[in-house]
Amino acid sequence: MTPEGALSNSPRPAALDMSLADASFLNTLRRQDAQPRWPGAFGEGTLPEIPEGTTILAMRYADGVVMAGDRRATAGNIIAHKRVQKVFAADDFSAVAISGTAGMAIELIRLFQTELEHYEKIEGTRLSLDGKANYLARLVRNHLPLAFQGLVVVPLFCGFDEVTAEGRLYTFDVVGGRYEEQDYATTGSGGQEAKSFLKAAYTEHMPEDEALRAAVEALVAAAEEDAATGGPDIRRGIFPNVVTVTATGLSEVPDDRLERIAASVLEARP
Amino acid sequence: MTAPFYVPPEQLIKDRADFARKGIARGRPIVVLEYADGVLLIGENPSGSLHKLGEIYDRIAFAGVGRFNEFESMRVGGVRYADVKGYSYARADVTSKGLANAYSQTLGQVFTHEVKPYEIEVMIAEVGETPADTEIYRIQFDGNLASVERFGAMGGGEQELTEALEARYEPGLDLAAAIALAVDVIEGAGDGSIASGGWEAAVLDRTRPRRKFLRLAPDEIEAARGAS
Repeated sequence: MTPEGALSNSPRPAALDMSLADASFLNTLRRQDAQPRWPGAFGEGTLPEIPEGTTILAMRYADGVVMAGDRRATAGNIIAHKRVQKVFAADDFSAVAISGTAGMAIELIRLFQTELEHYEKIEGTRLSLDGKANYLARLVRNHLPLAFQGLVVVPLFCGFDEVTAEGRLYTFDVVGGRYEEQDYATTGSGGQEAKSFLKAAYTEHMPEDEALRAAVEALVAAAEEDAATGGPDIRRGIFPNVVTVTATGLSEVPDDRLERIAASVLEARP
Repeated sequence: MTAPFYVPPEQLIKDRADFARKGIARGRPIVVLEYADGVLLIGENPSGSLHKLGEIYDRIAFAGVGRFNEFESMRVGGVRYADVKGYSYARADVTSKGLANAYSQTLGQVFTHEVKPYEIEVMIAEVGETPADTEIYRIQFDGNLASVERFGAMGGGEQELTEALEARYEPGLDLAAAIALAVDVIEGAGDGSIASGGWEAAVLDRTRPRRKFLRLAPDEIEAARGAS
């Protein structure tokens, strides 16, 4: 036996995970037993009311897609948060928004964002838009046991497809079903009201100004009918989160522009 | 059964180190140097897809020389380390110092415990808010960890490259001047002119938004050479 042979049974270095050919961040977390979990979620008893996010929407327009969400989170009849963020950049060319149990949804988005960046760094190329949507569907599917406990998380996903050079959007259901939508999509407690508004207001290839106005007005319409959806509050400076994703990437619509749009929408509402 | 040969530990370590050094010296070099807006990483690499440079995290970049499969597994391990740490705590908690320590531990373990030491060297660069906050670390095949000031070279001909850089480097170079200097020094130490498509270069540019890492296209390198 050589001296090398005697040493080679020693434990492998633990500092770095160098296992091969796996670009998944979630798998890396699992190997370290660090994946997000909610232990005790299957226990007896009932949860107190926990914050839930409400209305989010996405629609296609001339340059790509626009995504918007109101800022309110409710816990039962209480307004839990007035300035919660529900629309997030998933990466440079896609956006994701959440409705449902806010705490879990925010964690799910953090995981999704890290996963997309992780894949891009390991593989040297971004996932396709379909690939991102499928992966998000898997995260939602993993969450299904918690949905049975009433802890539902339903995202909305949109992005600019760099291959087909068009904006695309996807909706999901609690079992991880993934559906590509044509023109616009909404979810959350005020989603139905926002959808009714968009059904009347939507036209194909709207210019950006009109699309942003339609998105804000749909949220205002939802807030008028749904107590859990917060409308723009100009006095307190609370405006919806709105992002656009186009060929040049994702950009957030700044608050001062949203303030002008919101003021003009509120002025014109019947 | 025959009795094993006795090999003194000094000899064993020396043999392993010589073996690793020889492998590394065969590889094409990489030069890392600070410029006005951040850090430039550049080396000759005829392959457009098998990268020697890579993004680790927001402010941190990787450069490896030697055997591709070995430094590639170090790069992947580094990305995993950084992403897990950033996800578990916060993005600001991912530092090049922590990563350099992890690399040092891993290479040290491999050097003493594995059948064959890794024939690689890696550098980790982290661009700071100001030039004073920029950090560069170099980790050798045996886990030896050193901090690098302003510029560094590793791989074949590194001695010559370091001497040339010492003579010609000035702080506060703009990007084009930094590229021109690195290209000139590498070509001077090697076999002469390298085609514009034969380079791999990237920067950590502190003026960029969150992710500071950016690969440079061949025409950007060509333009910088032409300008000087």
